[in-house]
Formats: sequence, structure tokens, C-alpha cells
Amino acid sequence: MKKHKIILILAIVVLFVGINSAQAVTEIQWWFAHGGRLGEKVQSIVADFNKLQNKYKVVATFKGNYHDTMMAGIAAFRSKNPPHILQVFEVGTATMMAAKGAIKPVYEVMSEAGQPWDQNAYLSTVIGYYTTPEGKMLSMPFNSSTPVLYYNVDAFKKAGLDPDKPPKTWPEVADYAKKLVAAGYQGGFSTAWISWIHIENFGAWHNVPTGTKANGFEGLDTEFVLNSPLHVKHIQQLADWQKEKIFIYGGRRNKGNAKFSSGEVAMYTESSAGYAGFKKTSKFPFRTSMLPYWPDAAGAPQNTIIGGASLWVMAGHSKAEYDGVATFFNYISTPAVQADWHQFTGYLPITTDAYYLTKGQGVYDKKPGMETALKQMTLNKPTSNSRGLRFGNFVQMRAVMYDTLEAIFVGKTTAKKGLDDAVAKGNRLLRKFEKANK
Amino acid sequence: MEKRVVFHNKVLPYVLVAPQIIITLVFFIWPAFMALYQSVQQEDAFGLSTVFVGVENFKYIFTDPIYLNSIKVTMVFSLSVAAIAMSLSLLLAVMADRAIRGATAYKTFIIWPYAVAPVVAAVMWYFLFNPTVGMISFFLKAVGVDWNFTLKGGQAMLLVIIAAAWREMSYNFLFFLAGLQTIPKPFIEAAAIDGASPAKRFWTISLPLLSPTVFFLIVMNIVYAFFDTFGIIHAVTEGGPSEATNIMVFKIYHDSFEALDLGGSAAQSVILMFFVICLTVVQFRYIERKVHY
Repeated sequence: MKKHKIILILAIVVLFVGINSAQAVTEIQWWFAHGGRLGEKVQSIVADFNKLQNKYKVVATFKGNYHDTMMAGIAAFRSKNPPHILQVFEVGTATMMAAKGAIKPVYEVMSEAGQPWDQNAYLSTVIGYYTTPEGKMLSMPFNSSTPVLYYNVDAFKKAGLDPDKPPKTWPEVADYAKKLVAAGYQGGFSTAWISWIHIENFGAWHNVPTGTKANGFEGLDTEFVLNSPLHVKHIQQLADWQKEKIFIYGGRRNKGNAKFSSGEVAMYTESSAGYAGFKKTSKFPFRTSMLPYWPDAAGAPQNTIIGGASLWVMAGHSKAEYDGVATFFNYISTPAVQADWHQFTGYLPITTDAYYLTKGQGVYDKKPGMETALKQMTLNKPTSNSRGLRFGNFVQMRAVMYDTLEAIFVGKTTAKKGLDDAVAKGNRLLRKFEKANK
Repeated sequence: MEKRVVFHNKVLPYVLVAPQIIITLVFFIWPAFMALYQSVQQEDAFGLSTVFVGVENFKYIFTDPIYLNSIKVTMVFSLSVAAIAMSLSLLLAVMADRAIRGATAYKTFIIWPYAVAPVVAAVMWYFLFNPTVGMISFFLKAVGVDWNFTLKGGQAMLLVIIAAAWREMSYNFLFFLAGLQTIPKPFIEAAAIDGASPAKRFWTISLPLLSPTVFFLIVMNIVYAFFDTFGIIHAVTEGGPSEATNIMVFKIYHDSFEALDLGGSAAQSVILMFFVICLTVVQFRYIERKVHY
């Protein structure tokens, strides 16, 4: 009786070991931050990858918004159980970079995996944000967007403006806005993400620095310089334009989007990734064009920078798992996957091939707005002012910028004084970050 | 004579209080000490480098204009919330106490808001007052008020105070009503026979007898405004515009969970903890003396 039992147990054990070795799939954990339809799209990309091969299985888990996802990744690292891939938004880049023992740079993962991989296949303006000063890729861009100008075609017609000739410069925007207000609109233009668009991208677009040391790319001892005469001029102009309703402040983040979709204002600066949202919420035809610039600024227009998120590989996993990560990264970089993601979401493609594939399919002829962002990103070869930003404690700096700009717009302070104070506050944050990350 | 229960078993009383003590230690005392420890460190988000910095985090905070402003904002906010929530609910309770017809329906409606989660309440107020699509802001604009709380600090403050007080009123109402109902009727009737007006009766009889409730509610309301209003700020204003509603607890959340500045936010929580300890001591030592039990 006893013997039988032992044999039975042995048989079961052997059977299980056998099954296990037959299905030795390496699991790759990916924590991401897209809810709703984007989240479903992420899951379908992962499902396709898992179907295509049987060596690796990517498990994608939704962890909440960008902040939640980053916090979850950090907490997991601290309890020594990090995911393999973590999606982190662009303002968290400096924090991730500084965490040398917590991450594994993408160029290392790719070269150690020994798979064919060419960094030149990627759009340099997109990956530029996520590279070392020498240009090596630290994280894999996943969803990237850039701000563009949206305008209401019906409103333009009503105000006697030509929808085929959107305003190119800020003085033109003011002229258009006056005509729109005269035609009965409550305001000329408003904006989402004001710090990202009217400070950070404003700097890149006009080729003026946001911070020293190549916007923080060349060292933690960077300092903010976003109080240059050009910055002051632009912000003061926005504040002054409020009187004639040329400009209306819409609130933090993209809370002002309803101002455009409800027709309160007829022009709006917002991320290119906001296209799908407006398509759904507004009852009028609209188009996009490049961000306006100041014609008297010598460097404008240069190129804009991206926002969005990239995929970071976390440290502390096995070689086999990193090989899996590399295989997956190669898969999501293929033109077909990229082009599909780009066309579905409105985010920028990350490879040149995906761009040409989309162009070849004639998608841009049908949706001209989609190409605006790409043209604007690649208008010129990026300079040290327009490659991207890398500042520590940048989340806090964004909050400082909201507070500062709101104080300026309500007339509590002038643009000059406000931006000077913001720079002083921001530099304190930078020094603090420098000290904590030595 | 004091009533006293005597345990003959020496161990049993300790066993009986043990669960409470363990819970307090694990969920309150230990985290509090962790915060104290964190507040003298400067650490990166991943915990890769930790530097002991002594009181530097505190020095930073107290020279930080953003933090100093948030102390001021917290004071204005919590005192206003407590004052509005308490005075209006007392008025409603007095009226409900006298109501004869439909008293139950009346009470139910007043208690209702308490069942609404703070964030849900906040989002509701946010939409009502939204400058672009809000119903109330539509009427405000129609009567000539330039309503835009995304830019005007005073309006934003008013909005979050209304949202916070609205919800707390239900809680206060319950306690005031219960308190009023424990006041012996003969007192009031005797005063009425002596010719005291309803107002006089309220000020000289009801209110003094209600003072324990009032005292309790002051403590509860201030604690509520300090801590539980986080969801309202988060959903409606995010501390803005230009720091006008940046209360201390929201700033701590922002600095730690969004900005990952662990040492700085730990120092802020230590200060907040100290603050609330002081407040409670003051309330119990000085205000309690003036309370009739």
C-alpha cells in the first residue's frame, strides 16, 4: 500500500516537472499607465506578441495614472520585487536616470541580448529626450506627443478667416482672436498643459534654454533660466491679452479642454494626443497647425519637444528575462506595430519606418492633423535647447509654474517678477535633488 | 462613588487591552516614528542613497515661501469650515428639534450628504461651479459676477470651503440634534412660563447645556478640515490657483506621492503631527474648562 503511494507521488512529481520544462516560458512583467481604450490597445499588442512566439510571455498590468504607476514601481523596487518594464512619464526621466542601481539602460539590454538592433532606426527627436549626453538610449519611448494649435473651422468661417491659413505667429493669433471675439466668441484662444506648452516647449520652439547645462542633460548642477526676456515677453503678453479676451486661462493640466470643445474659444494649444478626445467631444470640424512663434525671435521656429512616457527596464532580473525584454522591445519597434499604435492613438511613431509606412498608406492625406506634430518635431535638427529637458524634482517645479502663472494672470505679480521668483524656487528644488542623488 | 471593576486574574486585563495596543503600535506609533526618522534623512525615491541631514529638511521647509503660505491657507480654511459647518448645522438642528410635521423627512435630507464620499461631493461641486459648463456659474455670470475659480484664489477658497462644510454639516447636525433632545423639557418650559423669548431660551439654557457637544464638534471639525478634506482639494483645485488652496495635508501628499521628495514630506508630516498634538492639548486644557458637563 505504502509503496504504491510513493510511486504515485513520484509519478505525479515527474509529470509536473515534465510539464513545467515543456512550458518553460519566461514571464515578463510590464506595468503601464493607460486606462480605457488605450489600455485595451496595450493589451492587444501584448496578446499579439505572446501569440507570435512561445518563449516569453509578457504580462501587462494597469497600475493607475502616471504617478500611481511610478509609485508602484518604486515601492516594488524597495521591496525587492520590481517589474521588468515600468512605464514612466517624461517628467520622471531625471529621477529614473539618477537611480543608477535601480534601472538597466535600454542600450545595455539590447546589446547584451545580442539581437540585431539599430538605434538609428528611431526618430532622433523622439529618443533624444531619453538618451545619455553621448546619445545612448536609456529608456524606450512608447507614447510621445507634442503640442500643436487646434482651431475651430466653423468659427474661422464665421469670423471671415480662412481655415486654410491658420495663424503662424503670435501677433497673427492676436489678430485672429480679435476677429473671433468680434464675431461673438467668448475668447480667442486658451491652452492645456500651460507649463509644458508655454514655457518648456516655448523654449525649444524659440531655441532658448529652459535651464543651463543643455537643459540639465549635462549635469545635475543645472539651473533654470526660464526667466529670459523672451519668456517674460510671452507670459506678460498672455496676461495682457486677457483684457481683450484674446487669451483665456483654462486651468491646470487639460481641465480647460471643454473651453475648446464647447466653442467658448476657437483656438487651443494642446497635445497632439488630444486629437481623439476633441474628435469625440466637439460638434464642429477642427484642424491642427504648428505652434505659433514670435517672428522677431532669432531662433524660431526650431522644433518642439515631446511629452508622454517611456519604458524603463528595472534592474535585478536574470539574463533570460532581459533577453525577453529585448525581444519585446524589438517587436514593439517594428513598423507594423508602431504604425498601428500611431494611427490608433495619435501618439507619434518612434521609428522612421513606421512614419513612412503610415505616409505610404495615405493616412496623413485623410487626417492631415496627424502629420502636423511630426513635421513640427522634425522641422530642424534639435539643438541643446530643443532636445528635451532633464530636471530633478520636476514634478514640483511644474506645480511651482502653475502657481506662478496663475499669480501672473490674475495680476498679483508681473511676468518678470513672477518668473524670477519661480526660477529661485526651482533652483532650490534642483539643489535639493542634486544633494539627494550624489 | 466611583464604579470600579476589579479583575482577579492578573493577566486577563492585559490580554483584553492587547489587541487595541497592538493596533495602535503598528498603525499609529510605528508610522509616526518612521516619519520622524525619515524627516532627518534626505533620500532619493528608490532608497539607493540615504544621507542623514539633521534638521536641514525642517530648515528648508521653514524658509520655503510655499510652505509658509500653506500654513496660512490651512488656518483660514479649517477655521472657516468649522465655523460655517457648525453654525449652520446648529441652526438646522434647532429648527429640526422644533419641527412637528415632516420632521423625519427633514432630518433624512440633512443627514444625506454624509453618505456621499468626499471626492464624489467634490466633483459634484466642481461641475456646478465649473466656469465653462457649471450651472451655478452660469447664473453667477448672468447676475454679473465674474466667476472663474481656476484663476481667482478667493473664489477657489470659497468653493472648497463650501464643499467641505456642506458634507460636515450632516455630521454636526446629528450631534446637535441628539444634544438638544437630551435637554430636559421642564427647563425650557419653566423659562417659557417666566416669559423668556425663544432666542433668550436658546442662549441661556440650550447653548450652555449643549457646550460639551459644541466642544467635541470643534475638535472633530478642525481635525476633519485638517485631514479629511484632502479629496476635495485634490479633485477641485489641486492646491491652486497660485497656492490659494494649498492646505498642508495636500502639500504633503503632493510632495511625497507625486514629487517623491520623501524627506521633505516626512518633515512636513512631523510638523503637522506636532501641530495637531498642540491643538488637542490646548483644546482639552483650556477650552474644556469652560464647558459645563
